[in-house]
Amino acid sequence: MIESDAFVQALQDIGVDFFTGVPDSILGGIIAELMERRLYTPAVREDEAVAMAAGAYMAGKIPAVLMQNSGLGTSLNTLISLNYIYCQPCILIVSWRGHGGKDAPEHLVMGEVMPQFLDTMKIPHRTLTEKTAIDDLKWVAETFMKKRIPVALNITKGVIKGLHP
Amino acid sequence: MLSRAQAMAALLELLTDQPVIICNGFPSREAQHIADRPTHFYMIGSMGSAAAIALGVALSKPKKHVIVFDGDGNVLMGMGTLATVGALKPKNFIHVVFDNEVYGTTGNQPTISNVVPLEKVAKAAGYVHVERVREREDLVYEFKDMLTKDGPSMLLVKVNEMVEDAGRVKLDPPDITKRFMQAIK
Repeated sequence: MIESDAFVQALQDIGVDFFTGVPDSILGGIIAELMERRLYTPAVREDEAVAMAAGAYMAGKIPAVLMQNSGLGTSLNTLISLNYIYCQPCILIVSWRGHGGKDAPEHLVMGEVMPQFLDTMKIPHRTLTEKTAIDDLKWVAETFMKKRIPVALNITKGVIKGLHP
Repeated sequence: MLSRAQAMAALLELLTDQPVIICNGFPSREAQHIADRPTHFYMIGSMGSAAAIALGVALSKPKKHVIVFDGDGNVLMGMGTLATVGALKPKNFIHVVFDNEVYGTTGNQPTISNVVPLEKVAKAAGYVHVERVREREDLVYEFKDMLTKDGPSMLLVKVNEMVEDAGRVKLDPPDITKRFMQAIK
């Protein structure tokens, strides 16, 4: 399991300097670490977080947005008609609720279709594993710089240490 | 009553190189027509997001005044952002709302801003200064005042439904991004 502080440090090391989002339990440890480092700007909806990230990017920041995968649905239009068409990249740290069909009912459909959903939205994505973490983050940074569009790093349960292990 | 374009022109006369985020629909087209500046970010699409984009700029550039030109339909759609702005309290954030009580770009369907006073919602959410104006003199006076005070501030100006014949936003979206980024460096 990856420690939250190591993950946050790795994001900072690739240059991320603006963090916003809406919480999820899987992301709890990361958000606690970001708050401790006074790096986190909370948003009230995922589409708002994505738009804030776009503004921060245009003001010279490298932004990351944390959200549950349900938030992909909420932010769909902003991701496409703002970030994508205006070439405003951001790093989406997306918790994969409903992964493997084991979760509360409200997460199962999005959990099942999430990779296809991201493909349809033309958002490049990878799923973080402990073994490939260094490579995954390198890929995220390179895709951000090269494509100038949102790029998603999917986080399944148990890969990063949460608040309640 | 002023038209939105008249109100916008009066405000743009008072601005120089401050970043201005302009909401989608007619407002962006009119702003481009009145004074096209590289410090303008014209939105097409992503309705409801203007204030959130501006908030991202304002938090990242705390030494610059960041202005939002918004509409009543836009504010209602992204009303949660009033709470986020009110809670984070960026001092350099000025939110101008041109309130014509209709969705102008889609054919003047009514919004609900005739019964929901948006500046009061902003005040309740934590904006420091809010004003509602109807006349040109008041608009200019209050906006100048807001430029000297710590915000966040909201200036709601009641405007009529008149639309300037302005044409679509000319630049391609990626060029708007590039030009804006360069201009606010």
